[in-house]
Amino acid sequence: MADTGFDLVVIGGGPGGYVAAIRAAQLGLKTACVEREHLGGICLNWGCIPTKALLRTSEIYHLMQHAADYGFQVDNVRFDLAKVVARSRAVAKQLNGGVRHLLKKNKVTVYDGAGRLASKGKVAVSAEGAATATLTAKHIIIATGARARSLPGLEPDGKLVWTYKEAMVPAEMPKSILVVGSGAIGIEFASFYRDMGADVTVVEVLPRILPVEDEEISALARKALEKQGLRIHTGATVKALQKAKSNVTAVVEGADKKTQSLTVDRVILAVGITGNVEDLGLEGTAVKVEKGHIVTDPWFTAGEPGVYAIGDVAGPPWLAHKASHEGVLCVERIAGVKDLHSIAKSAIPGCTYCRPQVASVGLTEQAAKEQGRKVRIGRFPFIGNGKALALGESEGLVKTIFDAETGELLGAHMIGAEVTEMIQGYTVARTLETTEAELMHTVFPHPTLSEMMHEAVLAAYGRAIHI
Amino acid sequence: MPIKILMPQLSPTMTEGNLAKWLKQEGDAVSAGDIIAEIETDKATMEVEAVDEGKLGRIVVPAGTEGVAVNTVIALLLEEGEDAGALAATQAAPTPKAAPAPAGAGGGRVAASPLARRMAERAGLDLGALRGSGPGGRIVKADIDAALAGGAPVRAAAAVVAPAEAKAAPPPPPAPPSGARYEDMPLSTMRKIIARRLVEAKQTVPHFYLTIDCAIDRLLALRKDLNGRSDAYKLTVNDFVVRAVALALRKVPDANATWVETAIRKWASVDVAVAVALDGGLITPVVRDADHKGLAAISAEVKALAERARAGKLMPEEYTGGSFSISNLGMYGIPQFDAIINPPQAGILAVGAGEPRPVVKDGALAIATVMTCTLSCDHRIVDGALGAQFLQAFKGFVEDPLTTLL
Repeated sequence: MADTGFDLVVIGGGPGGYVAAIRAAQLGLKTACVEREHLGGICLNWGCIPTKALLRTSEIYHLMQHAADYGFQVDNVRFDLAKVVARSRAVAKQLNGGVRHLLKKNKVTVYDGAGRLASKGKVAVSAEGAATATLTAKHIIIATGARARSLPGLEPDGKLVWTYKEAMVPAEMPKSILVVGSGAIGIEFASFYRDMGADVTVVEVLPRILPVEDEEISALARKALEKQGLRIHTGATVKALQKAKSNVTAVVEGADKKTQSLTVDRVILAVGITGNVEDLGLEGTAVKVEKGHIVTDPWFTAGEPGVYAIGDVAGPPWLAHKASHEGVLCVERIAGVKDLHSIAKSAIPGCTYCRPQVASVGLTEQAAKEQGRKVRIGRFPFIGNGKALALGESEGLVKTIFDAETGELLGAHMIGAEVTEMIQGYTVARTLETTEAELMHTVFPHPTLSEMMHEAVLAAYGRAIHI
Repeated sequence: MPIKILMPQLSPTMTEGNLAKWLKQEGDAVSAGDIIAEIETDKATMEVEAVDEGKLGRIVVPAGTEGVAVNTVIALLLEEGEDAGALAATQAAPTPKAAPAPAGAGGGRVAASPLARRMAERAGLDLGALRGSGPGGRIVKADIDAALAGGAPVRAAAAVVAPAEAKAAPPPPPAPPSGARYEDMPLSTMRKIIARRLVEAKQTVPHFYLTIDCAIDRLLALRKDLNGRSDAYKLTVNDFVVRAVALALRKVPDANATWVETAIRKWASVDVAVAVALDGGLITPVVRDADHKGLAAISAEVKALAERARAGKLMPEEYTGGSFSISNLGMYGIPQFDAIINPPQAGILAVGAGEPRPVVKDGALAIATVMTCTLSCDHRIVDGALGAQFLQAFKGFVEDPLTTLL
C-alpha cells in the first residue's frame, strides 16, 4: 500500500501546479501532484510553447518570401503543413517528458487522474471514472487552469469553429479565417495564419486590438498588421455564425451598428478563458466561485482552511509566468518563508508573439494618468537603431513611462522584433525599484536592440542621443 | 536581573553614535545621576547619566566603538545583592526585541532600493529608522508608502542633524601616482556629516549670491564707546552683525523661512546661527530670539556657545534649528567670500574683514572702513529683490548702529 499522506497535494500539473510542487519539495514538504491530462498543462502542451513553434515557422516563411531583401534568390517556397504541426507537437512532447522528469527528480509523487476535494484534508483521485486513490493532505493547492470561453451562439464545434486547440493542429490550410477576439491568443493566431498565407479578419468588441496594451502600442500593432493584409473590425461583434458544409458565414455588426456578412473557411474563437472549477468537490465548502474563477485573498487562500488556488483558475491575468510565480509564493507562504511580498499585478510582464511582437510591463500611459500621476514619457523608434536596421526590422517602438516626481519606472511598452526577449530588462528594473538614474547609468551593449531601451529612458528626460 | 544600560537616543533623529569613553570601570559603584560614559554623535559629545544605582557589572560595548545603534545594550548594571553570576543569565536569555530592528541597525549601510531612497529623501524620511521588508531587509517602496501613511517622523519638521548614513559604501580612495607619499586621515563623524550636508546643500539648494559694502566707521566708534564704559562685556564687530541680521530678519520676515517641499515655512522667532570653527570642522550654535536680545546679551551668549562648541559639549538643541546663519572670516583678513547655505535655512551671510578703502563721498575720494558682506540665498524661498531688501535693511542697521536701539 503506497503512502498517501502528504504535506501538500497540488491539483493540476500546469505551469502553476508543477512549479508549486517542485518548490514545495525543495522546501522539504512531502508533495504530490495530480494531473488529469498532460503534465505541463495547457501552456506547455496546447498553449504558449506549441504556438511559439508555429510562429517560428511563420516567421521563417515570411523571411523566405523576403529572402531577396537579404541577397538570396529563393524560388517556389512551399511548406508541408503536416510537418509544421508535427514539429510543434514534438516540441510540446519533449517538454512534457521534461516536466515528468523534473517532478521525479524532486521526489514529487505524480498521480495521473482527476483530483477533487473529498472530505476535509482529503483529495480523491479518479481516472476514467474510476477512483484510483485517496490522498490526505495538510494543504491543497488548486491549480486546474482554464479553458476557452464560449459565448452564446458562438460555440466551437471543433470542425469549422475552432478554439486554440484545433487552431494549433490544422489538417489543411484554411484559405480564409475569422478570428473572434483580439487578445494575445487571437492576435497570435491571426498573425500566424496571415503569414502562412490565409486571408484573416479579426473582430474585436472593444475599440482597439490588444486592449490591455498601451493605446499607442495598440494603434501601432493595428497599423502594422493591416499593412500585412489583416482586416480588423474593432467595436464590432459577431451576432451569429451560420454554418454551411465547409464554410461559415458570420454576421458581424460594426461600430456603426451596420451588419455585414462574412464567409470564411474557419472561425477561431479567442474571447477569453474561464476557470476549470467544475468537478473539484467545491460544493459544500467555503470556497467561492465568481465569474468562473475561484476567489482568493492576496495569499491565495480560497476561503477553506488549508485550501489555496493559483494561476488561471484563480483569475486573470491568464499568464503562465503569473501562475508559476503564484505557485512559488503560495508554497513559500505555507512553508513559513519570511519577508514575502504578494504579487503586484503591475509587475507581471505580458508578451504577444505576433509579427511585430508586443511586450509590456506596468502601467499604460492612460492608466498612469488616471491614477493622477505626473508622468514623463520616453519613446524610441526602431528606425533609429543600428541593429534593427541590420536585421531588416525597422518597424517598432520602445516607450517608457516614468513618475515625474519620483523617477519610478511606472511602465514600459514595446512593439517590434524580439521585444518579448527584452521586456525582462525593464521588469528587473521595476522589481529592483530602480529610478531613471540607474537605468541611465547602465551600459547597454552595442549594437543591440536593447540599446533602444536605454534611449527610451534617456528620451523621457530629453536626453536621447540618436533621435 | 541586572539592569541593562542602553545606548541613549540624544536627539530625535539620532540612530547611532560612537561610544567615546567609559568614565566608570567594571566593578565601580554607580549612583543615579553619575556620568558613566561619553557618547559622540554627529556634532557633539554628550554624557550618559546613570538612571539607577548599583555596580557596573559588565561593559558590553567597549570605548572607541563606532556606530552603536540606539537602544543597543552597552553595559549591565548589577543591583544591590546581585553578583556577577547574574550576568551570565542575562546574556543567555534571548534579548527581547522591543521594536523591529531598523534596517540601519548595526551601523552598516542601509539597504534600500533606489526608488525608496529617493522617495525617503523627498519626504524627509530617515531610512535608518525604517524596517525593510524586501529581500534581506531591504527597504522598498512599500515600506516608504507604509511609513508615510503611518505618519512617520519627517526630517523637515525639526531636525538639522542629518539622518543616519544612507549612502552606499564609498569606493576606496584612488591610488596615488606610484612613489607619491601620502597619508589617508580617517574621517571623523563630524567630517562625514559636514561633507555630506554641504554636498547635499550645494547640489539641492539653488544658491545665488548678493554682495553689499557696509561702511562701519560709526559702528566701530560706537563699539569703542560702549566697550569703554564697562568691563562686564567686550563687544565684537560680529555681535553687532548678529544683532543687525536679527533686526533685518524681523524687518523682512519673508527671508526668515524654510523650504519644506509643500510650503514655505515662515518662522515666528528669529534664531540666528553663528558658525564656529573647531579643530577639524565647524558647528553652528544658535542664538535664539536674537531680535529680542541686546548687544551685551548676544555677545555673552555667542561667547559661551563658542566655548562649549570648542569643548564638544553642545547639546543638540543648541545647534539645531535656526533660520539663518552668519559666517565671519573677517578676523583672517578675508575681504569677501561666498558661503554655502546650512539647510533647511534660507540664507547665510558671509562677513568679510572691515578694512580702510577708498570711497567716493560727496563727489570726492575719501577713506572709509568698509566691510563686504555676501548673502547666499535659497532661491526657492528668497528671490533677488527680497534678498536685496534684506541686505538693505542689514546695511542700514550696520551703517547707522544707533537705529538698532529703536
